[in-house]
Amino acid sequence: MFFTTPSGMSRRHFMSHMAGASAMVGASLAMNHSLAAAAATLRANNKRCILMWMGGGPSTIDIWDLKPGAATGGPFKPIRTTGDIEICEHMPLTAQVMDRLSIIRNMSTREADHDRGRYYMHTGYVPNPNVQHPSYGSVIAHELAEYRKELEIPPFVSIGGGSEGPGFLGMSWAPFNVDSNGRIRDLEMSVNEARLQRRLASLQMLETSFISENRGVAAAEHAKVLDKTLQLMTSQQMSAFNVAQEPTAVAERYGQTNFGRSCLLARRLVEANVPFVEVNLGGWDNHDNIFPTLQDQRLPELDKGMSALVQDLTERGLWQDTVVLWMGEFGRTPRINGNTGRDHWARCWSVVAGGGGIKGGIAVGKTNEDGTQVDGPSYSSEDLMASVCQAMGISLSTTFQSSNGRPMKIANGGKIIKELFS
Amino acid sequence: MLTMLTRTSRGVRPVLALVFGFFISFVLVCSLNAQTTFERTSVRSSSPSAVKEGVRVPVQVDKINELVRKSWTDFNLSPSAPESDSKWVRRLYVDLLGRIPSPTEQREFENDEAEDKRASLVRRLLHDDRYTLDYARNWTTIWTNLLIGRTGGTGNNSLVSREGMQKYLRDSFARNKPYHAMVQDLITASGSTKPGTENFNGATNYLADKVNEENATLATSSVSKLFLGLQIQCTQCHNHPFNDWKQDKYWEFNAFFRQTKALRRFVQGTNDITNAELIDQDFAGESNNPEKADLFYELRNGLVKVAYPVFVDGTKIDPSGYVQDVNRRQELAKLILGSKFFDQAAINRMWGHFFGYGFTKPIDDLGSHNLPSNAELLSYLADEFRKTEYDQKQLIEWLVLSEAYQLSSKVNPGNQRDDPTLGEVPQFSHYYIRPFAAEDLYESLLLLTRGTGEEDNYSTTEEQKSAWLQQFSTEFGTDEGDESIDFSGTIAQVLMMFNGDMVRAATRADGGGVLQQIILDPKADVRVKIERMFEAALARQPSRKEATAFQQLVQTSGSPVEGLEDIWWALLNSNEFIFNH
Repeated sequence: MFFTTPSGMSRRHFMSHMAGASAMVGASLAMNHSLAAAAATLRANNKRCILMWMGGGPSTIDIWDLKPGAATGGPFKPIRTTGDIEICEHMPLTAQVMDRLSIIRNMSTREADHDRGRYYMHTGYVPNPNVQHPSYGSVIAHELAEYRKELEIPPFVSIGGGSEGPGFLGMSWAPFNVDSNGRIRDLEMSVNEARLQRRLASLQMLETSFISENRGVAAAEHAKVLDKTLQLMTSQQMSAFNVAQEPTAVAERYGQTNFGRSCLLARRLVEANVPFVEVNLGGWDNHDNIFPTLQDQRLPELDKGMSALVQDLTERGLWQDTVVLWMGEFGRTPRINGNTGRDHWARCWSVVAGGGGIKGGIAVGKTNEDGTQVDGPSYSSEDLMASVCQAMGISLSTTFQSSNGRPMKIANGGKIIKELFS
Repeated sequence: MLTMLTRTSRGVRPVLALVFGFFISFVLVCSLNAQTTFERTSVRSSSPSAVKEGVRVPVQVDKINELVRKSWTDFNLSPSAPESDSKWVRRLYVDLLGRIPSPTEQREFENDEAEDKRASLVRRLLHDDRYTLDYARNWTTIWTNLLIGRTGGTGNNSLVSREGMQKYLRDSFARNKPYHAMVQDLITASGSTKPGTENFNGATNYLADKVNEENATLATSSVSKLFLGLQIQCTQCHNHPFNDWKQDKYWEFNAFFRQTKALRRFVQGTNDITNAELIDQDFAGESNNPEKADLFYELRNGLVKVAYPVFVDGTKIDPSGYVQDVNRRQELAKLILGSKFFDQAAINRMWGHFFGYGFTKPIDDLGSHNLPSNAELLSYLADEFRKTEYDQKQLIEWLVLSEAYQLSSKVNPGNQRDDPTLGEVPQFSHYYIRPFAAEDLYESLLLLTRGTGEEDNYSTTEEQKSAWLQQFSTEFGTDEGDESIDFSGTIAQVLMMFNGDMVRAATRADGGGVLQQIILDPKADVRVKIERMFEAALARQPSRKEATAFQQLVQTSGSPVEGLEDIWWALLNSNEFIFNH
């Protein structure tokens, strides 16, 4: 069971490439039929998710939950939006699509270290020395795999950054990392089909014998990743990565920046039915000189890419099926420090979500007047993850068997943020 | 193609095999149906054995064995069998030198009839001049990654000279500089970062990018983590949620770095930075009183507190900010070198390197909140290491001659549950397989690609290796310089191994590497050639089934050379090749 079983139409393309493969087509089609029949019994699920990850911990008090007039408020002014909420004046384009996005202003977490915060927000679990938990992308790719039999490219793509790993789900659910240009190295194998066959058959023999020696699960994980690689090497779906194919006007709309291109690439990938795409924008760790940095660099790039993505997904009829999530590892201190910066702050901060049936245009929860604590109930990473799963049509009673045999609830048993679904 | 292949499958009905999920009918499938066994894997070596009875080993090895065995008894584990010589030698080369052995080195060891061949190989790799370069390169790589990361010195704004860092480390490891002396250098170095400039001191590169920004918070967290195994970075902003660390400890530790600055030096008359100079200068303190130079930090509730240099054990030093009164980094180095955490952090890291896991997880998080799995062994080794005046080669010798290091990675029913990937605490009852580090894979491929007589140009190789690694590195966009490498077990790695330039070069019969030597040997027939290829890549002989199948494959190929190239490609791409086991 180390190699994936034939799973539907996806292999046909590769086989048509293979020299002398025609004799086998009949057999494979027969196989496909029975699988297709089985697939019909599954409920369709076309949901996708795009996570905009803001590495470094964005200052949400300056973007989504402004405190004008408070000593902690900073210089930025709030502006009206198309939703029932106000946001930062330096996000004018996003203000026009806020009817589709909601701000969760009562996030309250405990992890204010980058590594720990990144782990916690990606997995719903605090770091634990004995278990590696799977991240959002791995969980969602894993859960939706059965609905995406025809998908030949990796179900979890991370653009312009590393995301978090697959944990106990295994390396075959790891993020596939690409830069914002979608370039992938070493895709072409420069030998003919006959030699390719010989190479793969030889490799299969070696892989299998090493796995059978019982030296640990990592050996078998390698074989699974070989399988996934072969699949994508031969797939026409790989053209989804070719972001340069987009017309200039479209690229302009997203902004000719790494983040803009990343968002555009993300749209191409969800269009190709990739269930989870993470888009990275770093540089939010603004311990000093925060306001000019936000105003002149981070926010214009974010504003353009984020608004274009929401608008484009809407225009293409993908909005109802695509959950869009914006977050970083934590927020930043309400207090402005001696270097005109803000430090790490997990106690109260904001994330943004929309699409995929999530209600837009509202603020969930609130913080107090100077933004130093949540006023009323608060939500956690687990709750957010549970809500995303809910929107993605993934059952919250899903339980994983972690590698040490302990059952682990999806989203760590988080509660759905009900305001997003009313 | 298809019919030809099925016809040759010797009475086996035409089988449609699934090769990686694709339908491929192939002669090899007849072998795949049977359980492959490896009784013949070590035919060349003398009987598989650990360090043999009667062979003199350092007394520390006996003590390690005793303490590890004790944990096997406590946890009711039966250790795996000792690994065969041929596989053990591969493991040793990878762990110690960062590359697989060459076919000659492999054979030399296997043909050695001496009883104490393992011990003498270890001593040869550690002390023979022939291996100094390899040894220094490997440990330079490991420590470069620890000190400045895989991307350190590659960015536009970096003050680090990667070359300078590596030059310092290479010289230190080549001379086996005692560990405490190295750490002393790294913490206290001043001078220029770049080789060839005035006042060059490569050790300055460790802190060059860590002292200027944000009041040296990077220096604070890196020094405490690397040399004391203490994770204090969380306490920059608040008390640690799980351990004894309080916020004041962080800032008191930080105060030791506040005299230190990295100054940019420019090409005369231009804005081009040539190098940086790490210096200690008088620190006036944040309230401008150099006699008692203070700093302030903020509690989460907004209260501001003051801090002076105080070591983690509570030892205070003179708070003067004048360098001539007190050089704070010098004082810090003294205190660190005297701490018991210093010895333990070193042992834990070294043990983790050779055994795959340390006594704590993560390896650099010591303290009462995270007790070591074998505290007695950790503190025993720490004491012994100190007694040798921190002789790293001595320490390595103890570890790799210990019983646990001789064991096979094949598990048995009695130790199957000793599996740290399942979240179990490692008890070292078998060797834990692990994928090669990116650098180890690179060096191993290089060894197989390069011809025997070819000169190894160190700096060119390092540059090429660094460029090659960049394609797998990603940074996280935080100002702590976090980075990750997208390598082991990823699709990117498989693509590189399938189609990348290095593997292409290595799998060309006319590429001048090991493959060409094997193919050109007029005395070897196909069977022998295949055996040599297995030895070179996997340090074992092919099983009978593999031998038969691969010989048939060569016969049915367009040309024998093509067939051999394809087998070589498969060997290099196999899990057995890219794992250390």
